[in-house]
Amino acid sequence: MIELTIDNKKIEVEEGTTILKAARKAGVEIPTLCHFELCDMGIENKPGGCRICVVEVEGRRNLAPSCMTEAQNGMVVHTHNIRVLNARTTVLKLIISDHPFDCLVCAKSGQCELQSLAIQFGIRSQPYEGEQSRYRKDTSPSIIREVDKCIMCRRCEMMCNEVQTVGALAAVNRGFMSVVAPAFEMNLEDSPCTYCGQCVSVCPTGALTEVDHTNDIIRALSDPAKTVVVQTAPAVRAALGEEFGLPPGTLVTGKMVSALRELGFDYIFDTDFSADLTIMEEGTELLQRLQRHLEGDPEVRLPILTSCCPGWVSFFEHNFPDLLDVPSTAKSPQQMFGAIAKSYFAEKIGVNRKDMIVVSIMPCLAKKYECQRDEFKVDGNPDVDYSISTRELAAFIKQANIDFLNLPEGNFDDPLGESSGAGVIFGNTGGVIEAACRTAYELYTGKRLEKVDFHALRGMEGIRSATVDFDGLPLHIGIAHGLGNARKLLNDVRAGKSQYHAIEIMACPGGCIGGGGQPYHHGDSEILSKRIAAIYTEDERKVIRKSHENPSIIRLYDEYLGKPGSHKAHHLLHTEYFPKSNEVTFNLM
Amino acid sequence: MRWKGGSGRLGERESGRLGSSNFNQINISMNQKINIAPTVFDYMEKLTGSDGVEVRVNLPKEKIDKINDICNDFGNDPGELINVLHEVQHTFGYISAEVQDIVAHNLHLSVAQVYGVVTFYTFFTMIPKGEHPVSVCTGTACYVRGAERVLDEFRKELGVEVGETTPDGRFSINCLRCVGACGLAPVVLVGEKVHGRVSPDGVKAIIAEYKK
Repeated sequence: MIELTIDNKKIEVEEGTTILKAARKAGVEIPTLCHFELCDMGIENKPGGCRICVVEVEGRRNLAPSCMTEAQNGMVVHTHNIRVLNARTTVLKLIISDHPFDCLVCAKSGQCELQSLAIQFGIRSQPYEGEQSRYRKDTSPSIIREVDKCIMCRRCEMMCNEVQTVGALAAVNRGFMSVVAPAFEMNLEDSPCTYCGQCVSVCPTGALTEVDHTNDIIRALSDPAKTVVVQTAPAVRAALGEEFGLPPGTLVTGKMVSALRELGFDYIFDTDFSADLTIMEEGTELLQRLQRHLEGDPEVRLPILTSCCPGWVSFFEHNFPDLLDVPSTAKSPQQMFGAIAKSYFAEKIGVNRKDMIVVSIMPCLAKKYECQRDEFKVDGNPDVDYSISTRELAAFIKQANIDFLNLPEGNFDDPLGESSGAGVIFGNTGGVIEAACRTAYELYTGKRLEKVDFHALRGMEGIRSATVDFDGLPLHIGIAHGLGNARKLLNDVRAGKSQYHAIEIMACPGGCIGGGGQPYHHGDSEILSKRIAAIYTEDERKVIRKSHENPSIIRLYDEYLGKPGSHKAHHLLHTEYFPKSNEVTFNLM
Repeated sequence: MRWKGGSGRLGERESGRLGSSNFNQINISMNQKINIAPTVFDYMEKLTGSDGVEVRVNLPKEKIDKINDICNDFGNDPGELINVLHEVQHTFGYISAEVQDIVAHNLHLSVAQVYGVVTFYTFFTMIPKGEHPVSVCTGTACYVRGAERVLDEFRKELGVEVGETTPDGRFSINCLRCVGACGLAPVVLVGEKVHGRVSPDGVKAIIAEYKK
C-alpha cells in the first residue's frame, strides 16, 4: 500500500493504482472523456488521448494525465486548481473546434459526454478557428457512422477489437486526418461488422448511432388499413425506466405495455412468448442430438450452440464458416415471433400478412439487420417489419407526450403475450441455457424439476462452465458473453477439444441487458448488474417458470404446429446459415 | 389512437435498409479518391492462413506464396507487422488491399488494424509505383538550387501530382531528402539512376530517355 494526498485528502491505495482511481476512492471526481471502464468485466480503455483528466502533481513540470499515471508514495496531487482548469478548458475547446455544432439535431443530444463536459466547464465560446474534418456519412442496416463527430477516444476500437474481436473498426490515417474506420474506409455494411452495437453503446458522442425506424412505425400506426402488432424483448422492461429517471433495475413491464397501447399498437405481445417457443424447438434439437450422440452416432455435431443472438450469428458466419452445422437451427425469438404472428395469428384474426406490420422492441441493434435478412421474408414481405431499440422506444414515448411514470400497469394481449419465467431470463447471460435446462430436464428424465433456479449458470464472468445433473447424465454446459469470449470457445470446438454438450453465446457483455440498443450506461457496470437482478426478479414473480408449461405454447402446438421439430415447425421456426467470407478485398475490387 | 386518421407527411430518416450502401470508391485520403473497377476474378486462389481460416484472394499463387514466406520469416508475429509490411513493400513496390488481407490473416490481426498501420506511416503506400519511379531530392542543397522548379516541371510534363502514378503506369513522382550527392544538386533519381544538375529545361529529355 502507498499513501498519497489528493486535494488535501490523504488516501491509501494499492501500488499500481492510477491517480484517477485513487481520486475516485478518495471521493474526488476527475472529469474524463476518452477513458472508459466496465470494471466488473475487465474492460478498460485508456489511450490517454484526450487529456481532459490532467492533474497537477507537485514536483512534476508538466500536468499528468490521471488515467495513465500511477500513484506514487508521498505524491501530492491537485485536481482542481486554476492551472489544471485552464488546461482542461483549452483542451476541450480544441476538441470542440473540430466538432460539428449541430447539437440541436444530433441523435446523441442530451446523452453526449462531450456536450456534458462543455456544460460542466461552462464553455460559452469557441475561439479556435481551423480546419474541420469532413467525412461522408456511412449508413448500414443497423448503425450510422458520422465520423465528423468522432473525437478519437478509440473506445469503439477497443470494444470492436479487444472485447468483441470482430475487427471491423480501427484507427486509420495520421494526425489531424486520423479517424476510426473499417479497413480501406469501406462501408460498415461491407466490413466484418456483426452490428452488435457495442461501439454505439460506448461512443461518447454522436459519431456512432443507431438507424432510427420510429417514423416508419408512426406511418404504419396512422394507416387504418394496417394491423400493427408489437413484441417486446425481455431485456427492455429491465432498462426502459432508466430513460424516464427511474433507478437502474426498475421493472416497468406494466407501464411499458400501457405506453405501447397509448401509442396505438393494435396488439401488444411479448417476445418472451416466442422465447418459450425457442426453448421448445432448441431444447428438442438438443435432446435429439444428445440422444444420437449417446447412441454413438459419429455424425452428430456436439456441442449445440444457441442461435438467438443475431450479432453472434453474423460473427460465426464471418469467422467460423466451417462450423455452420454446429449452432442450433432454431430461429431467434424475434424471428419466431414474426413467423407465428404473420401465419398462425394472422389467420386467427383473418388478416392478410401484407396488411400486418410486426414491430419489435429490442435491446439490440443487430436485430435491425436480422429482420431484413432475405431468409426471413415471404414473397418479399418480412416476418418482422421494423425493429427499434429500447432507446428509440423511450424517445417515441416522449415524442407522443405520454406521461410514462403515471401510466397504469397494463397486461399483454393473448395469445402471443403469455410467457413463462424461462422466457424472461433470455435477457441475461446464462438465461437461455437455464431456460433450456428447465425444459430439457423434464423432457429427458420424465421427472418433475423441483428447483428451477440453476445458480451455477448465472454470473458475470466472461466464460463460465457448469455441469447439470440430468438424472445421472452429467450435461456439460459452457456460457460465453462478449464475442471475444465466444471466439475462445469456438476455437476449441474447431480444434475438437470442446468438452461441452451445449454452449450459450450472447454477443454483448452481460447478455441482452447490456445490448447495443439499451439506455447508455456510460461505463457504470453496476447498472448492468441491477438489470440482471431485475430480470431474475421478474422470473421469480411468474407462476409458470418452464417454457413447456406455458398454456399458449401448448395451444399453439395443439392447434397449429403439431409437435416440436414437426415439418410445419421446421418450416416456420428454423433457419439456415450462410458463410460470409472475410474476403474484404472482393468488395473493393 | 394517437396517429390514426391524421394526415400529412413525416420527414424521412436514414433508410438503413440492407444493401443500401453504394460502395465503389475508397478514400485513400480526404482529398484523393480512387475509383475501383468492377470485380474481375482473374485469379482465385484459396489460402489457409496461419489461423486456420480459409480466405480467397484475387492474387496469383506466386504472390501469395511470397507473402506467406515473408510472414513466416517473422514468425507470423503480430508485433512484427511493421517489419512484415516493410518487406512486402520492398518486394512488390506497394501494399495492395489484397496483400493486407493476407498479412492480416497470417498475423492474427484484423484487416482494419493492418490498414491503420499502412495509412499511419507515410513510407507505406497503397498506390503502385510507376515502372520508372522519379524521385526529386528536395533536401536543403537541392532545394536552394531550384529543385522545386524541377519538380513542378515533372508534374507538368507527366500530368500527375507527387505520390501519384501516370495512368499508363510508366512514371510516378516522389520527393526524397538528400541522396548524399549535394555536389550535383539539384538531383533527380529515376529508378536507381542519378541525374545531377537537373534544370527545368532538362526534364523533357530525362523523360524521353525512359519513354523509349
